[in-house]
Amino acid sequence: MPDICVRNFAGGINSPNPFWLASAPPTNTGEMIMRAFDAGWGGAVWKTIGEPITNVSSRYSATDLNGQRIMGFNNIELISDRTVEQNLSEMAEVKKRYPKNAVIASLMVASTREAWHEIVTRTEDAGADGLELNFGCPHGMSERGMGSAVGQVPEYAEMITAWVKEKARTPVLVKLTPNISDIRTVARAAKCGGADGLSAINTINSITGIDLDTFVPRPNVDGKSSHGGYCGPAVKPIALNMVQQVLADSESALPFSGIGGVGSWRDAAEFLLLGCGTVQVCTAVMHYGYRIVEDMAEGLDNWMREKGFKTLEDFRGLSLNRVTEWKHLNLNYKIVARIDEQTCIGCDLCHIACWDGAHQCIHLDRLTGPVDGHVELHRTPAAKEAESYASIAETPVTRKERAAAFAHGPYPTPLERIPRVDETECVGCNLCSLVCPVDGCITMVEVDTGLKPETWDERTKGAACVTQTQAP
Amino acid sequence: MSTSALPHDENLRARFGELKPALAAQAATIEADRCLNCFDAPCTAACPTHIDVPGFIKRIASGNLRGSAMRILDANILGASCARVCPVDVLCEGTCVMVQQNRKPIQIGQLQRHAMDAFWASGEAVPVKAPGTSKLRVACIGGGPASMACAAELCRQGAQATVIERRELPGGLNTYGVAEYKLRAADSVREAEMIRRLGVEFRCGVEVDSAATLEALEAEFDFVFLGLGLGAMQRLGIPGEDGPGEDGKGVLNALELIAAYKTGHLRDLHGTVVVVGAGNTAIDAANAARRLGAETVYMLYRRSEGEMSAFEFEYEHAKQEGVQFLWRKQPVAIRSDANGRLLLDTLEVRRSNGKLEAIPDSQASIACDLVVPAIGQSPLTQLLQELRGVEVSDGKIVADRVTGQTGNSRYFAGGDCVNGGREVVDAVAGGKRAAIAMLRIAEVADA
Repeated sequence: MPDICVRNFAGGINSPNPFWLASAPPTNTGEMIMRAFDAGWGGAVWKTIGEPITNVSSRYSATDLNGQRIMGFNNIELISDRTVEQNLSEMAEVKKRYPKNAVIASLMVASTREAWHEIVTRTEDAGADGLELNFGCPHGMSERGMGSAVGQVPEYAEMITAWVKEKARTPVLVKLTPNISDIRTVARAAKCGGADGLSAINTINSITGIDLDTFVPRPNVDGKSSHGGYCGPAVKPIALNMVQQVLADSESALPFSGIGGVGSWRDAAEFLLLGCGTVQVCTAVMHYGYRIVEDMAEGLDNWMREKGFKTLEDFRGLSLNRVTEWKHLNLNYKIVARIDEQTCIGCDLCHIACWDGAHQCIHLDRLTGPVDGHVELHRTPAAKEAESYASIAETPVTRKERAAAFAHGPYPTPLERIPRVDETECVGCNLCSLVCPVDGCITMVEVDTGLKPETWDERTKGAACVTQTQAP
Repeated sequence: MSTSALPHDENLRARFGELKPALAAQAATIEADRCLNCFDAPCTAACPTHIDVPGFIKRIASGNLRGSAMRILDANILGASCARVCPVDVLCEGTCVMVQQNRKPIQIGQLQRHAMDAFWASGEAVPVKAPGTSKLRVACIGGGPASMACAAELCRQGAQATVIERRELPGGLNTYGVAEYKLRAADSVREAEMIRRLGVEFRCGVEVDSAATLEALEAEFDFVFLGLGLGAMQRLGIPGEDGPGEDGKGVLNALELIAAYKTGHLRDLHGTVVVVGAGNTAIDAANAARRLGAETVYMLYRRSEGEMSAFEFEYEHAKQEGVQFLWRKQPVAIRSDANGRLLLDTLEVRRSNGKLEAIPDSQASIACDLVVPAIGQSPLTQLLQELRGVEVSDGKIVADRVTGQTGNSRYFAGGDCVNGGREVVDAVAGGKRAAIAMLRIAEVADA
């Protein structure tokens, strides 16, 4: 049975699994965190502790996609609105009752050495297993010189990290903001300042949408809005890229807690494959509750069994070196699309996507006979539609007519609706396989080009050599 | 157009409540989002009027309900009634690609209704080109879906059209012949009213039945469109068919029964009703008999279950309504017994060398209170004899498949009188095609 424990993360944090709650509303109070631990969460990063703030109402907004709620989530809530004393006394209670779970204190105070020294000492005295410096909050707090205002200036980030390390006895994580042109600059600064680990990404500056009746962007606070921080499933690709950037950079790389759109064991496995030691979750819990962790733990466990991994370390970082610069990709690798006639349902979305969004090589010519080659040899989508509109259809009212109308040919879908790929023109872009609604219907198959692997780097270097030798 | 000829009858409303209630707004959006938005969608191809189904559905998903309704009405001016009466299982929904994936087809009919209901609620009018854009004047004989669709298309393109209907209300079978739980007569009349507002003139209560009236129409109009529908119900051809007693009571054909309850002339039934036939109209009549209070309703059919012409979903519905089926029986006489009780005499039927034949000595009698012949409508014959040059074959008007033009170039035809009896949506398609053809001829003539 696989072991999904986290041991000695960032030089000393242990937790029964890599699933932590991110510093956010789900970790607002000790009572909430204890319920989360009961549900199975391995750790929790306490909602950021600092001078209590006053929040506005409302605070959240979301982006839905085709009826699916909360593809992306946005908030303008600030750090904890509860006193430091309240938070820390509850933290002591949580640690007493749940000694095996990781409790990390997220901290944000005014940018003075004294303020940081004081909060670090008090938090560690309350029993925190580690500290997370909130240099990422993109709204409200940044206007007061905290949060991302620190995280966007490498020098500040390094200075404050160093202050914290002067006092800290537990591991110190720095939480990075994505609202910066190169996340590595601050990661490097945190490392220089002595950070033991990093967490990223914090939320992305966002306006999720505008009410088309009131013209007020969401969330609406008495007729006005303010930019917020974006998170949820929509940001995962951005988060994965930034995690990869930092972990592939030797000057930045540190033990990493991955954040950004994690909502399932699959998401978590992806962050771990890029080298993260733990992941942090917020939006998915705000959507569905703490209970989602059960499937995350079970799913990861099952996947590890299937792959033969015994511990998280067996696969952590496996995919990191699979990301490279574009110039190192093999230009002579070729794949083409293949459509499985037995599973094709005849939606013909691949056809229109290829014509209007790609390279005009998927055709509806199964009845008229295949023709390979240039776009002008083929009937356009508009011409095909016009034929359908000009056709005469009648309701099949008799049993015989119905039998004829719904007669099956050699495949479950009428042959005329099964598209055909012209492999001589297919560039292997994947688009058709991405729009196909049927799993496994369109596969991308490697074809032998007969050419040796060659990258752009190699090709242009070779060209440079040739030019040099030819020069007089 | 007044609906005063229609009853406002709570009893009727309660007994014939909608079979498929409207989707709630969010349910419609969720369903619309489920649509894959196929290219050159099979649902659109299957629809006789070629409504851009993914087009109107995605407009529902985006909240563009006005655009959705216009998309429907551009293709099918009777989009509201078709949404309710179309046999979608064998049309759009039957071809939905979801079915290939063992998923539920998109509820296209329900979504179409959603868009059309929003259109009605908005009180908007369908846009038309300025009247007189075309000088064309067309008379459409018959007030059913084919004529209404033809006239509507003509007026939308700026021509003039007049619908001539012999009954009091327009709409044809949509008003008088569709089960009330699918389409209320009032909703059919409301749809006709919308068409009137496009500029279509309606002359109701006017019979066109002689050479003289046709000549008058030819003098007044450039073209005549024949949307005549079918003739009266076929007769059983058995003794007692006109009622065994003097008063003719005890026998009422399916279309008479349906029209009578929809117009408030028949409010209750009791006892046992026997419907003879097993088509879709027979089922509508049998279900209606149940809902009107008949305790026992039989459908009597000469052939077997697997041969009945009704759609499968209609058969299932009838079973749910409590209709019972008597297969392989044919009626031979209707009479009264000594106590005045109605008796339907039947013989069993078998298939011998491919032919159906009555089994001698298999006579049985069903004691009942009403016999409802429902073995289809007969072809029109009377008026057609007056139409010079209009060819009739097998009881159907011979018309060009694309243009609806008949052997007499001034006469066009569409709907049941051409196709022998199909669905409302087929009639709409036929009417529209004829209108487009007439407009094209007029355009060429003007140019």
